[in-house]
Amino acid sequence: MVSFELSEEQRMIRDTVAAFAREEIRPAARPADETATIPEAVVAKSWELGLVGGPIPSEFGGLDDQRSAVTGAVVAEELAFGDLAIALHVLAPRLIAYPVLEMGGEEQRKRYLPPFAGDRFVPGAAAIMEPRYDFDLGDMSTVARRNGSGYVLDGHKCCVPLARESRDVLVYAAVEGESGLNSVAGFMIARDAPGATISEREKNMGLKALATYELALKDCRIGAEARLGGAPGTKLNFSRLMSEARVAMGAMGVGVARAAYEYARDYAKERKAFGAPIAARQAIAFMLADMAIEVDASRLLVWQAAVMLDKGDDALKQSYLAKNYIAAAALKITDNAVQVLGGHGYIREHPVEMWLRNARGFSSFEGLATV
Amino acid sequence: MIDFELSPELCQRRDAFRSVARDVIRPISREYDEREHERPVKFWELMWAASRQAESRAAGTARGGEKGEGEKAPELRNLATIVLTEELCWGDAGLFLSIPNPGLGGAAVAAAGTPEQKERFLKRFKEGAPKWGAMAITEPGCGSDSAAVTTTAVRDGDCWVINGTKIFCTAGEMAVEKSEGFVVVWATLDKSAGRAGIKPFVVEHHTPGMSVVRVENKLGIRASDTAAIVFEDCRVPLDHILGSPEIRREGGFKDVMATFDATRPIVAAMAIGVGRAALEFVRDFLTEQKVTIRYGLSPRRLSAVERDFMEMEVQLEAARLLAWRAAWMMDVGQRNSLEASMAKAKAGLAVTQITQKAVELMGPLVYSRRFLIEKWMRDAKINDIFEGTQQINLLIIARRILGYSSKELT
Repeated sequence: MVSFELSEEQRMIRDTVAAFAREEIRPAARPADETATIPEAVVAKSWELGLVGGPIPSEFGGLDDQRSAVTGAVVAEELAFGDLAIALHVLAPRLIAYPVLEMGGEEQRKRYLPPFAGDRFVPGAAAIMEPRYDFDLGDMSTVARRNGSGYVLDGHKCCVPLARESRDVLVYAAVEGESGLNSVAGFMIARDAPGATISEREKNMGLKALATYELALKDCRIGAEARLGGAPGTKLNFSRLMSEARVAMGAMGVGVARAAYEYARDYAKERKAFGAPIAARQAIAFMLADMAIEVDASRLLVWQAAVMLDKGDDALKQSYLAKNYIAAAALKITDNAVQVLGGHGYIREHPVEMWLRNARGFSSFEGLATV
Repeated sequence: MIDFELSPELCQRRDAFRSVARDVIRPISREYDEREHERPVKFWELMWAASRQAESRAAGTARGGEKGEGEKAPELRNLATIVLTEELCWGDAGLFLSIPNPGLGGAAVAAAGTPEQKERFLKRFKEGAPKWGAMAITEPGCGSDSAAVTTTAVRDGDCWVINGTKIFCTAGEMAVEKSEGFVVVWATLDKSAGRAGIKPFVVEHHTPGMSVVRVENKLGIRASDTAAIVFEDCRVPLDHILGSPEIRREGGFKDVMATFDATRPIVAAMAIGVGRAALEFVRDFLTEQKVTIRYGLSPRRLSAVERDFMEMEVQLEAARLLAWRAAWMMDVGQRNSLEASMAKAKAGLAVTQITQKAVELMGPLVYSRRFLIEKWMRDAKINDIFEGTQQINLLIIARRILGYSSKELT
């Protein structure tokens, strides 16, 4: 039955996270970007919202919440509305917790889930992207060769969030001899595993507050138990994981775009030129109208893919199209926000230039967050 | 709970409409494009009969429902309308517009009329021979600025006397001269009152003083008549004014807007139907040429054709979701002026671009009138113009999101 209304519970969650994003995250965003640090107090407070641990089963210390991609999308949008770097940081634990929750074997669940259901924020990290212009999820150059009962990992990853801060890193690699999305397996390695070298912090155009690293794997030997979903009766559905990630990235794109749109809208009503607010001129008003349409269209595309995930359907195509659509829309909207502010938009006193830098990443980002 | 799944009943109706579009409309699509102003009488009779049947079936169901057979989900009537509109326009948007029905005139009666007026004016569409309803707003001197109408209505005893010229009136000739239909004419009672003085009047077919002076030749939707109508001392009974004759300073123009809230999602759906036709044509063409669309691949590895196709596809889907939302909001009783304009602005432009891209993608072959693609490109364009141009809808959206009146943002 068609409906465009969130459930009462989802509306409550949205309002709570939105208030947190407005009151706690947004004021911290600019200092975080300038100093390249995530404020610990905000992270600690975000943890109290239960955004990660909720869906973990109570036997591992969680709350048994029903996990929903739609709810996840709503949360991701609101957090990113506050700030993308902080949003990605506070949700990073999900990068290990949720794949293990969904596709891990019993032993892996016992080992990896409980820390993420505790009282305090525990970082998580996943290594997916590679430093190539045509990096493709179904054609990774990081390879896992079978070695007795275990594996040897070789390759180079980049944009790995919190790799140095997290105890473990979930590394995605193509299993030797297989191809396409099905070739990809996840391997849990300790951050200081022999053969794994984490670089100095990357210096990125945007997301400056988020700690990301390169990860070099050279002859990194791991046991069979490290393979996610490698246990009998389990299987890693990488396509689904990436669909979930694209829904999350898409939702965050909507959050960033909405932030820029609303800021530009409010500014345009204040700023006067030739005796009237610039918003009262069609040249500006039409840009704002177009931004409003695209924010809504983007959100609906994300929700459509999220609903498919919640129904257990294959959302590869929808999540991919939605994410790519939003990567372009968020870039255009943040760019237009800078344009509406004119010279002031170029000055770091206003946040729009930061949102433009952050939004530029969406076309390249894969798997930086999940729902 | 967010959901985009149509009910099984609506899916069934959609499939039935899809068959009609494929088996009845498409086969005559080119013919009525080439032979502008010819009348697809057999098609009209078929659609009229089918619509009568559907109504009696629906009436039967409604009576059954009153007896209280368990719980029933709320009926999403506006959503159903746009889902079915997409199907028929996939067949042919011009033929869709030509179908005998209450049309925009009916929408105006439904939005602005009293219950008694609705019964009196709309009853005719349930019986007898095919009939058309039409709406006349635009004038030679004013289009988007519908508040500037110069057609006048003056009270004279027990009549309103209407004088003026209206153009771009869809199905106007069928409504006023070729069937027992009517046209809703927007005329001003008092020019000094501005938009508050503009009121809708129902003018019955063959009313003396009303005449069709021209039927336009158009770029597309050629199966649909677009008439110019002149009113010369045209007298209509007093109770043919829709709503109140009182001129209120505030909100007098709301009736026009309420009509657009209902019709803009439908225009969006029309566009989407044409866009889907083009998209499917391109998809089949590419399949034939052994081009695979690789969803999920790094965008940096896609061919230009793949990128273009995916862009067309997702633009269409975005437009569809916006249209569904606007219709759904009406169904659940929410005000949707903003969302209706968003859907219309998005769909009108997206489909104009999709169909133009489709012609480009397939090269010189489809520039030929042997294929329907060039026709769809011509048909699509109207959706970015009528029921409010792209720019007027952006203006409405901007006023809403900024909280500006029409005086503050002109």
